[in-house]
Amino acid sequence: MKVVVCVKQIPDPADPGALDPGTKTLRRDVKLILDESDSYGVEMALQLVDTAGEGSVHLVSMVPNDEVSGLRTALAMGADSATLVSDEVLAGSDALGTARVLAAAIERAEPDLVLAATESSDGYTGVVPAQVAELLALPSVTFAKEIAIDGGTATVRRQTEAGADLVECPLPAVVSVTAGVVEPRYPSFRGIMQAKNKPVDNLKVADLGIAAEQVGWAGAGQEITDIADAPERAAGEVVVDEGDAHERIVAFLDDLKVI
Amino acid sequence: MALDKIWVYCEAGPEGVATITLEMLAKAREVAGTVEVFCGTDGAVCAAELGDHGATAVYSTGDLGGRMQGVSVASAVAAALSSGSVAAPDAFLLGTTYDGRDVAARLSVKLDASVLSNVVDLRLDGDRLVGVEPVFGGTLNVTSRFTDGGPDIWLVRPKSFEPSAVGGPPAAVVDLPVPELGAAGAAVVLDRFTEESEGPKLDEAAIVVSGGRGLGSAEAYSMIEQLAKELGAAPGASRAIVDAGWVPYSYQVGQTGKVVKPTVYIACGISGATQHLVGMKGSKNIIAINKDSEAPIFAVADLGIVGDVHKVVPKLTEALEGR
Ligand SMILES: Cc1cc2nc3c(=O)[nH]c(=O)nc-3n(C[C@H](O)[C@H](O)[C@H](O)COP(=O)(O)OP(=O)(O)OC[C@H]3O[C@@H](n4cnc5c(N)ncnc54)[C@H](O)[C@@H]3O)c2cc1C
Ligand SMILES: Cc1cc2nc3c(=O)[nH]c(=O)nc-3n(C[C@H](O)[C@H](O)[C@H](O)COP(=O)(O)OP(=O)(O)OC[C@H]3O[C@@H](n4cnc5c(N)ncnc54)[C@H](O)[C@@H]3O)c2cc1C
Repeated sequence: MKVVVCVKQIPDPADPGALDPGTKTLRRDVKLILDESDSYGVEMALQLVDTAGEGSVHLVSMVPNDEVSGLRTALAMGADSATLVSDEVLAGSDALGTARVLAAAIERAEPDLVLAATESSDGYTGVVPAQVAELLALPSVTFAKEIAIDGGTATVRRQTEAGADLVECPLPAVVSVTAGVVEPRYPSFRGIMQAKNKPVDNLKVADLGIAAEQVGWAGAGQEITDIADAPERAAGEVVVDEGDAHERIVAFLDDLKVI
Repeated sequence: MALDKIWVYCEAGPEGVATITLEMLAKAREVAGTVEVFCGTDGAVCAAELGDHGATAVYSTGDLGGRMQGVSVASAVAAALSSGSVAAPDAFLLGTTYDGRDVAARLSVKLDASVLSNVVDLRLDGDRLVGVEPVFGGTLNVTSRFTDGGPDIWLVRPKSFEPSAVGGPPAAVVDLPVPELGAAGAAVVLDRFTEESEGPKLDEAAIVVSGGRGLGSAEAYSMIEQLAKELGAAPGASRAIVDAGWVPYSYQVGQTGKVVKPTVYIACGISGATQHLVGMKGSKNIIAINKDSEAPIFAVADLGIVGDVHKVVPKLTEALEGR
């Protein structure tokens, strides 16, 4: 069983850089790390291969700037190999442009199962996985909480508004994994050392047969027209509890006539 | 100048049309001459309610059985547009929901049209729409528009607009046949489970009581449930305790969870990270209980209590008992 996991490398959410006032997009000249949201997909893939007793985990990532540190983290967790599509022309891609590139790279890997996160931590459009599926004419199940593989079939527990759906899906398929559903392992020292020698295939957009005009700024079907600070909410009264703070809350709720 | 026609994706459950759909209908009426609805359910069931909210037609695939909403609805819409049986709308509005995102994603590939996601406001700029999207945990608002000639595909965050009924006649039900889906349509729902939850729904409750990591343990969450029960409130949570497995994902408030705008939001042991604030700072009144007087949650609280949740919350519940 070959599992491909999409892993996005993003600016550290604790220090996300800035929006470039010129191009009005996120500046990517900062160091990128593995999106924590994707650590769940990587862990899920490793567990599925373990359970199956055979198979491999291949990563696919797209960046404009050669970054590999996020890929190395996922390789250190235990993934076997990776494809990095890195090309300057990718800067400014919208979700659809991203999906085109990922779909082409995934197709070359001939996976049985494609995993992604339900949404990335920075762009969080949440549309890339199903776009990839549509481009590859594959079935997709988003918001997976649990995945079981039996031969050529995946059974997925999918989060829904009301609770969960049990979905059956023949492979190959694209499944997006909800954050927090598995406990991502920490890379071991050995894992980190081994990761340095694992194969990373470097590709340009042209290698995938995609025209430069279809991706990046040129291919994006949208533009930012304005960036503004969100209005702030004013702080109210702060009271230190001396054993009677609950009475203050009761009085506050009373004033609002909600109790 | 307004748009000619907008299509709103309708989601519906046993209680009728979903609030997010009614919210989008209200906004669509403001910015377009004609507002129609498309859905992957039996449209006839919703026609009266949709008409009441200003939709003139509902394009319906009928009940999909176990087939998935995303691929079925997107394929049906794309087939109808390419056959010329219906004229393309200027814009599609879908909720940033489980199924809304799937439909939007598949549709964007089929129509070769970009998607703008997580939009919390839409307005006309000349004869086109622009949308506002909060980024960096809601600290910045980014305004965007499409440049690809459309049709526009907008994914709208729940609670962005107020539903409003206009008392229109029932929407005309129009058949939207699902074409042969091939391999892409091979996923099927075998079974559906409903998580039993007492009391009001998180995104509809007048009062929300949320707990965070400051509770210290999964067991301590019961004090949030007790307080919520006493107040007729919905219990909520920060992502930290959802990720820790203390409560299900459906409880999560914030950027990657639900947006809530209750009359009162009570945050217990929640630090107030920007990604949490973006989901609740639209609440009319905010009460925060946190032992750290420097916690960022106090910057948005109307009433802040610097104290231990284990002391304040049980006393509060007790004081409310019998009221
Ligand atoms: C603040 C912000 C807002 C944005 N808003 C929009 C918007 O409304 N519409 C739009 O079209 N674009 C938008 N973009 C651009 C968009 O984020 C990028 O195109 C991005 O490459 C893909 O979208 P995503 O991260 O939102 O994907 P999502 O659909 O949220 O990602 C889901 C999963 O797909 C996989 N994935 C996504 N990108 C990659 C990648 N580069 N490499 C490997 N795996 C990946 C990951 O598993 C990821 O978790 C925005 C960007 C930012 C920074
Ligand atoms: C892309 C992305 C998306 C995210 N989406 C969300 C989201 O949707 N929702 C969300 O909530 N978070 C989200 N987060 C996570 C967010 O950044 C925070 O990590 C999270 O909100 C913290 O949860 P918390 O406040 O419960 O925990 P902490 O930040 O650990 O805070 C616990 C608080 O409890 C207080 N405390 C401790 N003991 C006590 C006591 N005995 N009595 C009173 N107070 C006490 C502490 O002073 C502290 O302020 C997201 C993060 C990222 C990167």
